[in-house]
Amino acid sequence: MDLHFGAGGPTDDERAAVDELLGPPTSSWEGADRRDADLRWARGGRAARGRRHLLLPGLHAINDRVGWISAGALTYLCRRLTVPPAEAYGVATFYAMFSVEPRPATVLRVCTDLACAAAGASDLCAGIESRLGRGVQVERSACLGLCERAPAALAIKAGDPVRTAVSAPATVQEAVLAASSPDSAPEEPSPTTAVPQAGDPSLTLLRRVGVVDPSSLDDYRAHGGYAALRRAFELGPAGVIREVTDSGLVGRGGAAFPTGRTWQAVASQPDHPHHLVCNANESEPGAFKDRVIMEGDPYALVEAMTVAAYAIGAHRGHLYLRGEYSRAAHRMQHAVDQARARGLLGDDILGRGHAFDIEIRRGAGAYVCGEETALFRSLEGHRGEPREKPPFPGETGLFGRPTVANNVETLVNVLPILAMGAPAYAMIGTERSTGPKLFCVSGSVDRPGVYELPFGATLGEVLRLAGVRDGLRAVLLGGAAGSFVGPDELDIPLTFEGTREAGATLGSGVVMAFDDTVPLPRLLLRIAEFFRAESCGLCVPCRVGTVRQEEALHRIGERTGAAAADDIALLREVGRAMRDASACGLGQNAWNAVESAVDRLGMYG
Amino acid sequence: MTVTPLGIPRRLLEFTIDDEKTRVPEGSTLLDACRAAGKDIPTLCHGDTLTPKSTCRICVVEVEGSRTLVPACSRKAEPGMAVRTDTARVRHSRRIVLELLASSTDLSTTPKAAEWIKKYEAKPDRFGPDAARPGEGPRVDNDLYVRDYGKCVLCYKCVDACGEQWQNSFAISVCGRGFDARIAVEHDGPLAESACVYCGNCIEVCPTGALSFRSEFDMRAAGTWDESAQTATATVCAHCEVGCTLTLHVQDNEIVKVTSPHDNPVTHGNLCNKGRFGHQHVQNRD
Repeated sequence: MDLHFGAGGPTDDERAAVDELLGPPTSSWEGADRRDADLRWARGGRAARGRRHLLLPGLHAINDRVGWISAGALTYLCRRLTVPPAEAYGVATFYAMFSVEPRPATVLRVCTDLACAAAGASDLCAGIESRLGRGVQVERSACLGLCERAPAALAIKAGDPVRTAVSAPATVQEAVLAASSPDSAPEEPSPTTAVPQAGDPSLTLLRRVGVVDPSSLDDYRAHGGYAALRRAFELGPAGVIREVTDSGLVGRGGAAFPTGRTWQAVASQPDHPHHLVCNANESEPGAFKDRVIMEGDPYALVEAMTVAAYAIGAHRGHLYLRGEYSRAAHRMQHAVDQARARGLLGDDILGRGHAFDIEIRRGAGAYVCGEETALFRSLEGHRGEPREKPPFPGETGLFGRPTVANNVETLVNVLPILAMGAPAYAMIGTERSTGPKLFCVSGSVDRPGVYELPFGATLGEVLRLAGVRDGLRAVLLGGAAGSFVGPDELDIPLTFEGTREAGATLGSGVVMAFDDTVPLPRLLLRIAEFFRAESCGLCVPCRVGTVRQEEALHRIGERTGAAAADDIALLREVGRAMRDASACGLGQNAWNAVESAVDRLGMYG
Repeated sequence: MTVTPLGIPRRLLEFTIDDEKTRVPEGSTLLDACRAAGKDIPTLCHGDTLTPKSTCRICVVEVEGSRTLVPACSRKAEPGMAVRTDTARVRHSRRIVLELLASSTDLSTTPKAAEWIKKYEAKPDRFGPDAARPGEGPRVDNDLYVRDYGKCVLCYKCVDACGEQWQNSFAISVCGRGFDARIAVEHDGPLAESACVYCGNCIEVCPTGALSFRSEFDMRAAGTWDESAQTATATVCAHCEVGCTLTLHVQDNEIVKVTSPHDNPVTHGNLCNKGRFGHQHVQNRD
């Protein structure tokens, strides 16, 4: 690799930001001043290229300090990591949170996605834009995962350190305050407010949210924490996998694959090292359960990852955390640091000889990175593009090694499985969908938030619990990649098999209610915009199909019947090809919501 | 002495293509198998010298038990598979892919595109006159080759050929995302300021003519490009002792393009800057 670096260096700020992450450069090959010794020894090769995975943290470091990524800063980062500048440019331009053009230090991202749109985000946006001057860049954003407090806005002010402030539910005045002085903005309400059932003794997954102090490891232990890990050490790795398999646990991220089977597949791979990845890139519009767990009960995720790593024989865990979740990132980092200081992460956990540590990696604004192979590429320092499966991650995953990738909710389910034993856990829920399930309820309800119910509860029960308002017009199940169901279908049992039989999908547990004041064509257009913006561009059906879908919905507008028939037919044909021929789940599901609105709600009819 | 590499003997796998039994060596892709069985599978992003990224999805086939269609170019054959290459579902996806591509890209110099559009009855105009196109003009910023990204289908072949699969120059990458994704050098600048070494191996693999010799680009613009009037002469590059194989494309006694056979076991169609572009001295008639 003969790298070519253009002229132009970093500013002092940019250099400091990169050096703070990577340490000072050790030779002129890495960007230090040239010494005679450097001419006799070129430091390169595998060791230098092996630091590619630090590219994304490096881009974050620059963006956090300066607010954008200049050519000089990118070149310096490339020198430090032996990365070709063209590839680094490709990575920097892939993520929504980065800019390679100069912009103000403060960016205010106003969510205009489904729940926020229904709560008046467009008026909010217009109000904010008229109040804020050129010192702040206002961006219309995809779902920020704050749907229980819609409408939401997130201010990020670059500097040392970078500051963030969330305003939700946002008013023009509060959002402007958050953007102009993030430090003096009122603190976010406790995650307890997102759990209307908080304190209910019947809860399993959410039982500690709002009960324990999320910063205190002692408090976590006083509430049953680390009992599961001790039990895991008693059972041994094979015993843990047996329990998880017998419990019937399936992935909660949307694919619903049996967790025990993936663990077993990786545990039995002779190729080492094995990797554990926790997918916390929660970006599905309407989903916010993982955020609430990480903010309200962060040690539970640390413990669950430790158990999983022990079972599959992994010594490194990667927590890929959505870039917009700043409070969750802080709390998780604190929890990981505390656990490490107390010997619950590290070389010899609880004196049982198992070595494991967790590294937290921030995403940078890409829904597609929730797809596991795209997530691996992103962690490795490449563009977050998916790849063909097979080979599956259990065989060839992160850094080409056998990898288990589980969602946050999936992992925290392992704790009650070990605590109560597989048979008792399998008694919860239905025969084919076992255990408790989290639902993210938002939209036209009085008490939006994360609800925990055993599998098998009906859609109507969940909505009644959340206080659904009168005049229900439609419910979006599973988020933007899910499907709409009508108000006459509230007896659908919320299980994987039940939703499948009803021709819908449970997805990641999103339940968004919309009453008849919300213009549905506008919502569909927002969903289409979302997929167009989030398509990675790798495969043709999704890259162009999502654009043609959005165009057709624009053309249809408010038209119905014969006036819309041609475009509906076109949407159907493009949608079918996206579903059949796209490379990953993003494109395959990009037409679900529109199709269901046409077929189940009778829209445009 | 010519050595024919034999490789390790490979086990044969048996499965069916369109209900007919077929046997291929282990490790073969479905595309290899289909072509061996005489099936006509269209491909764009597949390159005979590259590892496929399966981006164009025009080669999709139906595999029994698979929820979605699978790209034949990258899926490995497995024993007992039942593959169908010409079902209504397959034809539908191929037709839509062609419509999506042709409505957003200039396929006028893509070999076989017109033939496929006819065969699959694709109607790219159906998306209306306002259908978005990237709207890029040709970038003519050097004397050797032209990048006309209005013709680019983002197959990633040039990126792979420039990067780790062949040239190791890493001068280009895909930048941006989704419909705004483009092939670009760092900071999307001109080639002259990039890491490009002008080997032209990207032109060699480009399936659409988005990357072309400056000579070809100028002759097309002048209306004098005529492939039927061209001859191809196989020869050996005399610039250095490696001796790469060249194919000189000659029209009206002028070398208009240089390629290299992909089945050369050493160079696999790759050349250096001198072999690809350094032929003017041959034509110096003074």
